[in-house]
Amino acid sequence: MKFVIAIIQPHKLDAVMKALDEKEIYLKTVTNVLGCGRQKGISEVYRGVREAGNLIKKVRLEIAVNDIYLDQTIEAIRSAAQSGKIGDGKIFVLDLADCIRIRTGEWGGEAIG
Amino acid sequence: MINGSDTAFVLISAALVMLMTTPGLAFFYGGLVRRKNVLSTMMQSFFLLCLLSVQWVLFGYSLAFGPDIGHFIGSLSWIGLKGVTMAPNPDYAATIPHLLFVTFQMMFAVITPALITGAFAERMKFVSFALFSLLWATFVYDPVCHWVWGAGGWLKLRGVLDFAGGSVVHITSGVSALAAALMLGKRRGFPSEQLPPHNMTYTLLGASLLWFGWFGFNAGSALSANEIAVSAFLVTNTAAAVAALTWLVIEWLSAGKPTVLGGATGAVAGLATITPASGYVSVDSAIAIGILASLFCYTAVVFVKQKFTYDDSLDAFGVHGIGGIVGMMATGLFARKFINAAGNDGLFAGNFAFFQEQALAVGAVILYSVALTYIFLKIIDMLFGLRVNDEEEVMGLDHTQHRESAYTLLD
Repeated sequence: MKFVIAIIQPHKLDAVMKALDEKEIYLKTVTNVLGCGRQKGISEVYRGVREAGNLIKKVRLEIAVNDIYLDQTIEAIRSAAQSGKIGDGKIFVLDLADCIRIRTGEWGGEAIG
Repeated sequence: MINGSDTAFVLISAALVMLMTTPGLAFFYGGLVRRKNVLSTMMQSFFLLCLLSVQWVLFGYSLAFGPDIGHFIGSLSWIGLKGVTMAPNPDYAATIPHLLFVTFQMMFAVITPALITGAFAERMKFVSFALFSLLWATFVYDPVCHWVWGAGGWLKLRGVLDFAGGSVVHITSGVSALAAALMLGKRRGFPSEQLPPHNMTYTLLGASLLWFGWFGFNAGSALSANEIAVSAFLVTNTAAAVAALTWLVIEWLSAGKPTVLGGATGAVAGLATITPASGYVSVDSAIAIGILASLFCYTAVVFVKQKFTYDDSLDAFGVHGIGGIVGMMATGLFARKFINAAGNDGLFAGNFAFFQEQALAVGAVILYSVALTYIFLKIIDMLFGLRVNDEEEVMGLDHTQHRESAYTLLD
């Protein structure tokens, strides 16, 4: 089992969700985050004080998948989230030790669903 | 003789001025602080509305407007509003009930100490703030109010003109704010860390409510639904609009982009500056005054503050202090008798003596306000301490002073 964390541009979320749904990967968690990469971020000005911004809004997508679905998941996210410009984001893949469905108590591959 | 339309107008104006404290100032300041301090900031304004409403009717009004003692202060013979009835007091307002004059002035007494809270935002102990505000209202606001507006007040006798409170409200609070900011010291992380406003929409909302309420503040100070009130209303709006535009232009050129905060701040600066002049100047003068307001206040807020790095957190000095000073001097420049026969002619009409008196008033009010602020804060510091401790400041005042959260993150 793998746990996929994707940091993507907020405006790409709809496209990524659609692409994942098409591959029948339905279970996801989404959060708003702030992040930066090698870009310096956007600075804001308040009464003349320039706030050295370094963090830009991103969206974090978390998906648990069985190993056979990993490649499709990554491909769905990558193709939908890509714009070719700096700031597209990253996908991280972690080994998932276990997964439990709370409602039924199922463990492992079946629980990922 | 009580006049119905004057009475109706001043009643509504009093309510408009109340609106300026809460929600106006509460939201204006509330949006500018970090989310962990928004409630405590708003609480300061709300609390002062309550506290000063009681102080005023118990003894504040008597000290400010009561029978004169030594041209310095009013006596306590009107304690608890004893002897103050519906019958008009011709010294102050001949066509409205005396008690209405009391009510209208009360709202000024309420908002003035609330303006100072901008200087010590995000770091002052609640009990110390409350005690300081009460002492300040009684021993700074009430006397200075008497000097400028009270029958027998020494500045009033010298012909000083302050239509709606440039000196009484803005200079007193603004310079006291600077003194307080210096005495309390900087917030943790100022100026090296980022402390941006947590909700600019609140700040704009607050500024808009302030602008709206200011019509009561300035036009209402005519104490009559007459031509002076109309003139004051129009010049107030003009100065606010021009000041906002000026600030936006300066900001666009110097910082790169016009900001909402800049527009809101410019408008408030214009409103503060036109306050003393509002019943004495023409619309053309108001345009000039609006430009001057933003030129001086922008310089104070952006350049002077950054150079000296004092933490006047919400720019109470930069906007109200400087605005009040510029406004009083602008009154000395632009006042014309043909606008208000009870006013005077300013320097631009050839009258230097009046301009001098305005300068004297500015100097006297600054010195007195700063001196007493210093004394009171020193005493309170010894008794209770002024600042919350480091840990409380990091956790936020909402939680540590009030055990409340403004926004829940989970339901």
